[in-house]
Amino acid sequence: MPFGLLKFGLSKTYPARRILPRQQDLKSRYDVVIIGAGGHGLATAYYLATRHGITNVAVLDKGYLAGGNTARNTAIIRANYLTPEGVAFYKESMDLWRGLSDEFDLNILYSTRGHLTLAHTDGAMRTARWRAEVNKHLGVDSELIYPDEIARLCPQLDLSKHVRYPILGALHHPPGATARHDAVAWGYAEGAARHGVEIHQHTEVTGINVSGGRVTGVETTRGTIECGQVLQAVAGASSLVAGMAGLKLPIKTIPLQACVSVPLKPFLDPIIVSGSLHVYIWQTSRGELVMGGATDPYPLYSTRSTLDFKEGLMAHILELFPFLSEVRLNRQWAGMADMTPDFSPVMGMTPIGGYYIDSGWGTWGFKATPVAGFRMAECISTNRQPDLLHPFRIGRFESFGQVGEKGAASVGH
Amino acid sequence: MKIMHCPLNGPRNIQEFVYGGEVRDMPADDASDTAWADYVFLENNAATVVREWWMHAASGFWFIAERDTRTDEILRTYAPDDAARTDAKTGDA
Repeated sequence: MPFGLLKFGLSKTYPARRILPRQQDLKSRYDVVIIGAGGHGLATAYYLATRHGITNVAVLDKGYLAGGNTARNTAIIRANYLTPEGVAFYKESMDLWRGLSDEFDLNILYSTRGHLTLAHTDGAMRTARWRAEVNKHLGVDSELIYPDEIARLCPQLDLSKHVRYPILGALHHPPGATARHDAVAWGYAEGAARHGVEIHQHTEVTGINVSGGRVTGVETTRGTIECGQVLQAVAGASSLVAGMAGLKLPIKTIPLQACVSVPLKPFLDPIIVSGSLHVYIWQTSRGELVMGGATDPYPLYSTRSTLDFKEGLMAHILELFPFLSEVRLNRQWAGMADMTPDFSPVMGMTPIGGYYIDSGWGTWGFKATPVAGFRMAECISTNRQPDLLHPFRIGRFESFGQVGEKGAASVGH
Repeated sequence: MKIMHCPLNGPRNIQEFVYGGEVRDMPADDASDTAWADYVFLENNAATVVREWWMHAASGFWFIAERDTRTDEILRTYAPDDAARTDAKTGDA
């Protein structure tokens, strides 16, 4: 049997399908250089090539493809935000998400689970009601529900009144979903590469050349590239890359930690979130429980994990699901999140001609992957800020026009 | 457990402390909106040793810490009036 398998593997009759072409030499000039081969950068390259016919594009990454925050998020997709600007933006993303498996001809394991944001206080109930009304007004399916309905959707939750923070109600968002993060990145990468986009891994950008207020190229560890347009899509390191171009951002880099349990039999259908308790939990198709909470309490450029975080998170998880107390953790990790003062991204045009930015992806970047790519491609090809991205413009802080997205995962209610 | 050394209370669990942002000079009263927006919203967010405000929550004591934002190593903590004296002596801004 092992020999049969080896023979099959080495046989020329069944060659392994190669997703990306072999790495080529860097050309000395591209029309567009994208810094960061994560979901957002690859999605932008994909839509530039497929929707705007711009194919002389290089996507550069200092590490490997989709190895940063694309691999470190908790893969929750939803549009039940609070501000009209945020809801419209994430709704477009969900519309794109639903078509991706067909678009790529690759199963991205998009799974609609339903999403419950639990409310434990009068303030949280008010916010849930507010979010539900804003959502419905913009055509997003959300409703405030009470413990009887919560018990029907998720009977495993401890809904008793004899706990520290009894559950008073929840914002129910039926289209809430998850997807396989690697598949999304590889789908975009393969599609972009098929249209001629070059993806160069292990190619670090060390400088950005600006002349007369316009970008003229980038310096890399493999030589200088001339180009007319540059996009930075490097959430986690946004301030460092923007600094090379002379831009200062409203961003603090703060670790966001998460963990998964050992696999269990399937028991949890919906995605459960509590803003008051700072936890979220859902069960993957493999049976693992994916769990996360608020960002760390202070900035750090590191992906280390801490025991403090796990202690706080588990205390709250056990309040919701006491029977998980004997379950062991399997893995822990952290990502570096771009936290902005108004919990919204910083996207689009910059004061430098031909330089575009896709940053400020705090705890909400994965679900925005398709819309960020779609609209950043439009921004680059038309050289103007798309209307949908206007609220997220880099200059909003100078005019005191923040968005105030209190529907973000990291915001307590 | 990560320990931070409070200049007033000695070594304590990091969870007793609150991060207060980078030490920066406040703009003058008549500074432009741009200067104030920069002070309020924009961040240097540097990956290096940074001077930061921290507070020991239990005693409400504010002090300055020098911390490496790549390794989370806390190099030095001191009371702000000590910093003012040091700055006057060395002439550092």
